[in-house]
Amino acid sequence: MIEHLPALIIAIPLFGAFIAPLFKKKQSIAAVWAILITAITVILSLMLMYQVRLHGIIVYVFGADKPTIVLPSGYKVPIRIMFEIDGIGAFMAISATLMSFVGALYSYSHVKAESGLEKYYALLLLLEVGILGMVLTGDLFNLFVFLEIAGIAGSALVGFRNYRGEASEAGIKYLIVSAVASLMVLFAIGILYGEYGNLNLAYISRQVSLSTLDMIAFGLLFASFAMKCGSVPMHYWVPDAYTEVPAGINPVLLVSTYASLYALFRVSFTLFANVSISLERVGWIMSVLGVLTMFIGVTMALVQKDVKRLMSYHAISQTGYMLLGVGVGLTVLHNSDALAEFGRTAMAGGIFHIINHIIYKSLLLMTAGALFYVTGTRNLNEMGGLARKMPITTLCFIVGAAAISGLPPFNGFASKFLIYESSYRLNPLLAVFAMVTSILTLASFVKVFASAFLGPPLEKFENVREVPRPMIVAMVILALLCILFGLFPDVVLNKIVYPAVDALINVAQYQSWGGLA
Amino acid sequence: MNGSIWVNFPFIVVALLLAIGFYTIGFKRNLIKVVIGIEILEGAVNLFLVALGYVKGGYAPIYTLAPPEAANPQNMVLPTPQALTLTSIVIGVAVSALMLAFAVNIYKHYGTLDVTKIRRLRG
Amino acid sequence: MTTTIIKTTTKILAPLILVFGSYIILHGHLTPGGGFQGGAVFASGLALLIVANKYDAVKSLFEKAPLSVFESIGALGFLGMACLGFAGYTFFKNIIANSGFPLFGGKTPTGINPGYLNTGGTLPYMNIFVGIKVLAGLTSIVLVFFLIMRRERDEW
Repeated sequence: MIEHLPALIIAIPLFGAFIAPLFKKKQSIAAVWAILITAITVILSLMLMYQVRLHGIIVYVFGADKPTIVLPSGYKVPIRIMFEIDGIGAFMAISATLMSFVGALYSYSHVKAESGLEKYYALLLLLEVGILGMVLTGDLFNLFVFLEIAGIAGSALVGFRNYRGEASEAGIKYLIVSAVASLMVLFAIGILYGEYGNLNLAYISRQVSLSTLDMIAFGLLFASFAMKCGSVPMHYWVPDAYTEVPAGINPVLLVSTYASLYALFRVSFTLFANVSISLERVGWIMSVLGVLTMFIGVTMALVQKDVKRLMSYHAISQTGYMLLGVGVGLTVLHNSDALAEFGRTAMAGGIFHIINHIIYKSLLLMTAGALFYVTGTRNLNEMGGLARKMPITTLCFIVGAAAISGLPPFNGFASKFLIYESSYRLNPLLAVFAMVTSILTLASFVKVFASAFLGPPLEKFENVREVPRPMIVAMVILALLCILFGLFPDVVLNKIVYPAVDALINVAQYQSWGGLA
Repeated sequence: MNGSIWVNFPFIVVALLLAIGFYTIGFKRNLIKVVIGIEILEGAVNLFLVALGYVKGGYAPIYTLAPPEAANPQNMVLPTPQALTLTSIVIGVAVSALMLAFAVNIYKHYGTLDVTKIRRLRG
Repeated sequence: MTTTIIKTTTKILAPLILVFGSYIILHGHLTPGGGFQGGAVFASGLALLIVANKYDAVKSLFEKAPLSVFESIGALGFLGMACLGFAGYTFFKNIIANSGFPLFGGKTPTGINPGYLNTGGTLPYMNIFVGIKVLAGLTSIVLVFFLIMRRERDEW
């Protein structure tokens, strides 16, 4: 059964998603069911990572006699849909499954009072399927299909609280952005298909040259994925969507954003890797985009009063760090000295920051959800003195805030430090901007902490109690991960981050797998 | 491919439809019209895919009651572009249904479909 | 909108549309079309029936036959057919084709043929399940919009 792992990791959450609507009468069973299924996928994704580290890239061909028969007899090009899983795919799969599990656990009590929960959990599982499919697939069209699944499920969840007009507004905004982005992705896929007559990522990446059509396709793919990962010119949907979505979905929605970031990396590093001249330029574009994203995000965050909205702007700003780190790596990809010297470290920083950011931002958004759960408001000016009433939430918030501001010994420091020291080598200005952003982040979280948790206890929050236990457990898991990743960054870096980085750098390995060599 | 303008005619239409679609999404104030704009974009992309797969004198890749000259595999077109288009249509149905549902819900809460007035979330 | 014209047209057309939809679903592995197309045609027939009937009648009918259950059954059936491939092959492997299984397991002829219904292996099963899912899904979309609109303006 172990060779069917890549198919099972898709099939089991799909199965869970279609069973969930049947629990219409007993909605708490649907919640338990979703927690169970997501827990199984966590185990599967860890096994997948183990297999990838053991055997290298795993190929799974759908509908063939054996999972590894890439070329049916008599064919010279791959024609079947296949999954091609390397280090970074498995890395993203771990993030996705872990966050779905935490999200489902948190949702158990956070949305308990709402109706239509069986659909909520079905959509949560579908969103997980979409992300997993995006990060595991080795086929361009499949990437589009899973992108759309994630987009539709995500926007339906954003608009889940349909008794609020704002939720529908945020949902349609997200849906329009994701529909336009994925249609442009499909257009680019059409261009590539017309040119090379195939949809397999590894096959196309061996054929690609720098013709005008390829450049158009690359531009479309780059712009659409940048749009979907909330990079700066098209970032306006992020705060709306993150604010309106129920807090239990926030972790999954974050991962779905970073699945688009993964697709951006995959396109730049693997699909167009043979194009050695222009990649440097693309790397610079990515780095500058990253700096702009982090700076604009944080300045917008400083003026917010809505606690979740403030954190959403910080999510934009943190995306900039990842773009910066990986962009620096992309700039020097074909310069092997510089790559070994600082490029690999920069990419490790960028990719490590993905999982770190997913963890601490989910933690922060969950504490914001907990504040909303007990106070019924998200306005910072109306809160105050909650530290004594909700000690565990306060502690979790402090851990998350310290991590996002890059204070040692939390995980944000580990990845940000890698990014500072390596981007400094490319251009000192990049590192300066990154540090200034970090300081502004700290300032803004000090403000949140002071206004929500400190101060005299307000009369209207007299009866406030700590949030229910599943929410506490979900938050504490993430807070512990924050501390563990910060204390032992070497373990995480060596076990899962550097395999992911090497998978991106070693294009030849990706291309030669699937029996194309 | 004899280089005449008619070979490229579908692609010219695709470009026109893309332009109309983006214009509609960007400049129309009614939310339903924005949804229509996305549908136009989708039509453009679908047309592009179908036009890619068109071969003059080709036969549909179906053996059931096919004419005898289609049996030569050279005469059958590759079904992949059609399959891609169908998948994209299926996804498009889901997207448009969800968008219209949001539009209905927004009209219920805001009493308008004017996108310049649906702005409770900002800042 | 329940005028005499629509009612009479529906009486004649709806059975034809439903039969045509079923035909497209069942012949999906032989002729153009398949689960989605047939399901969409079937759902359009149901939509015609919805439009031609009174609010209360439609509502009570679909309360008895929950469409979301049909959707789940369709999707689970599709997934189950795909999972059959785990028995020795891969996910989505068509293991019923040419196996001699009594239903849809006949030997697939090569070359031009008049089209034998009893072939195709898992494909017809998948078409049927997709058809169930699509007809339930599209009908419930139409139904939801219909119920919302009809509730707001009863006198249509």
